[in-house]
Amino acid sequence: MSQGSARDGARGDDLIALRRVSMRFRHQAVLRDIELTIRRGETVSIIGESGCGKTVMLKLIIGLLQPSQGTVQFDGRDIAGLNGKELVQMRLRFGFLFQMAALFDSLTVFDNVAFGLREHRFCDEDAIQRIVAERLQEVGLPTELAAKKPAELSGGQRKRVGLARALAIGPEVMLYDEPTTGLDPIMSDVINELILQTQRTKKTTGVVVTHDMKTVTKVADRVVMLYPLARLGEHEAQIIYDGPPEGLETAEDPRVGQFVRGEAGERLREMAQLRHNNGAAVPAVRAAQCLDQKREIGHE
Amino acid sequence: MAVAPLHASAERPEIGSSPVHRLGEQVFDAVAEVGDVAQFSVLTLVWIVRRRSRWSVLVPIFYAIGVKSVSVVAITGTFIGMVLAVQAHHQFAMMGLATRLGSVINISIVRELGPVLAATMLAGRVGSSMAAELGTMRVTEQIDALSALGTNPIYYLVVPRFLACLLLIPLLTLMGDFMGVIGGAVVSTQILNVDSFAYWKHTRDFVDSLDIFAGVFKSYFFGAAIALISCHRGFNSRAGAEGVGRAATEAFVFSFIVILFLDFVIGLGWNSVYNALWPQSQGLL
Repeated sequence: MSQGSARDGARGDDLIALRRVSMRFRHQAVLRDIELTIRRGETVSIIGESGCGKTVMLKLIIGLLQPSQGTVQFDGRDIAGLNGKELVQMRLRFGFLFQMAALFDSLTVFDNVAFGLREHRFCDEDAIQRIVAERLQEVGLPTELAAKKPAELSGGQRKRVGLARALAIGPEVMLYDEPTTGLDPIMSDVINELILQTQRTKKTTGVVVTHDMKTVTKVADRVVMLYPLARLGEHEAQIIYDGPPEGLETAEDPRVGQFVRGEAGERLREMAQLRHNNGAAVPAVRAAQCLDQKREIGHE
Repeated sequence: MAVAPLHASAERPEIGSSPVHRLGEQVFDAVAEVGDVAQFSVLTLVWIVRRRSRWSVLVPIFYAIGVKSVSVVAITGTFIGMVLAVQAHHQFAMMGLATRLGSVINISIVRELGPVLAATMLAGRVGSSMAAELGTMRVTEQIDALSALGTNPIYYLVVPRFLACLLLIPLLTLMGDFMGVIGGAVVSTQILNVDSFAYWKHTRDFVDSLDIFAGVFKSYFFGAAIALISCHRGFNSRAGAEGVGRAATEAFVFSFIVILFLDFVIGLGWNSVYNALWPQSQGLL
């Protein structure tokens, strides 16, 4: 439902662009030659197995990490070329919902949501009070919660406070890092609805990193699937799917369908091969003998 | 598209697997670490000048670092004074110099033990705690969240802690000195029956304000080192409980080593200055 509307709403101009981006942490390569453009107004969902570099990509977009190679551009400017002040101004155009919400433990819910407004002196304390109350209301949290510390909140409440904090500074782009991970199905749907509501009411561009296919089908206009570098050949592209969510099931690449359907497939064969290579057959017999002995001791 | 084998890279020769490679890597890491601490320190100093921290951020941190450390520093200082009196009395009494106890105990406390022990207690109580707190913030992405909200984490997290350690450790040192002097005096004059007048007279003859200043002067360096090392360890904490625990331990161990090193270097420097100003004296060391 959002697909059509948000796609139509896209003005066609590029807002975020990753040009031949590679990322390596010491000896571990995570991203390789990524080419990705995100247009203004669209919501792109980045999917893929754990460890394939989805969150790293999100942090590259907002400049929390610098690529080992390549450039990340926001609104036509290379992030690496921005000075300190420009980088801050760029980041204030983003809202970031972290995987575990990343609320500041030492501050109350109110102070968390008001943080960006206070730090950058966007408005006076009266206006801050009003904005915080509005944002909490938008994410469906009672104002009584404002005095509580993050440790006193449930997982769903924390995520919603995180969303309220991100929205408080009025971002143009929302980055969501696994917004529904660790939540029950109902709370996951609430978060998905809030993402949709944010798209509709704030007209934000969105990048949603997720494993949750329900989130993908509900909020995304476009899906990009990354594949872990460790499983790729030297010249294979890391983005194995880039298209609408409805095309995921019928994608040419069988790995896309496997991921969408949640099939272990190739992984099971690899695990069996790994066990075989490590000589696991003999220990398995020994383990069975151990269990038999344990049972006998138990009967005695 | 065929799936690449799981260990496609295993057939390639592994780079850096020999002992020489590993040694080289460790040396490289150590040099990079020193450079990183230096850069971290410079950034902290830059942010102190660049933007003033808000009182609402400073006050709770000053309270946690300064006020809550008073009792532990006071207790440590008192016992050090008392122990010095007990240990030194026997030796001095044998030589008939028991009345000189005051000068030995008090000069030791104000020049060396007061500043070093106050710094050690601060490194143990506050340094580890700061490293653990910032390490947890790193692991739970709170530091990334600060950056994402356009706030520099060094400005918001490190500068207040640095200022608290730098400005409050001299006061804690003076508190430790005072309690040590009192502890030593009580044990010497009330329990070991050293003549009170002689005790204080010798103290006055040997300990002057320059000795107290020398101790307090050193403490500024200790406080700065504790804050920078502990915050740096916290910022670079690895993931998980083990990573945070390791950051806390390293914060104390590295701080303690640096405190002793600085004590030695500043002592040498201070002695040179003293000898240059008063060539006839024996110096401060």
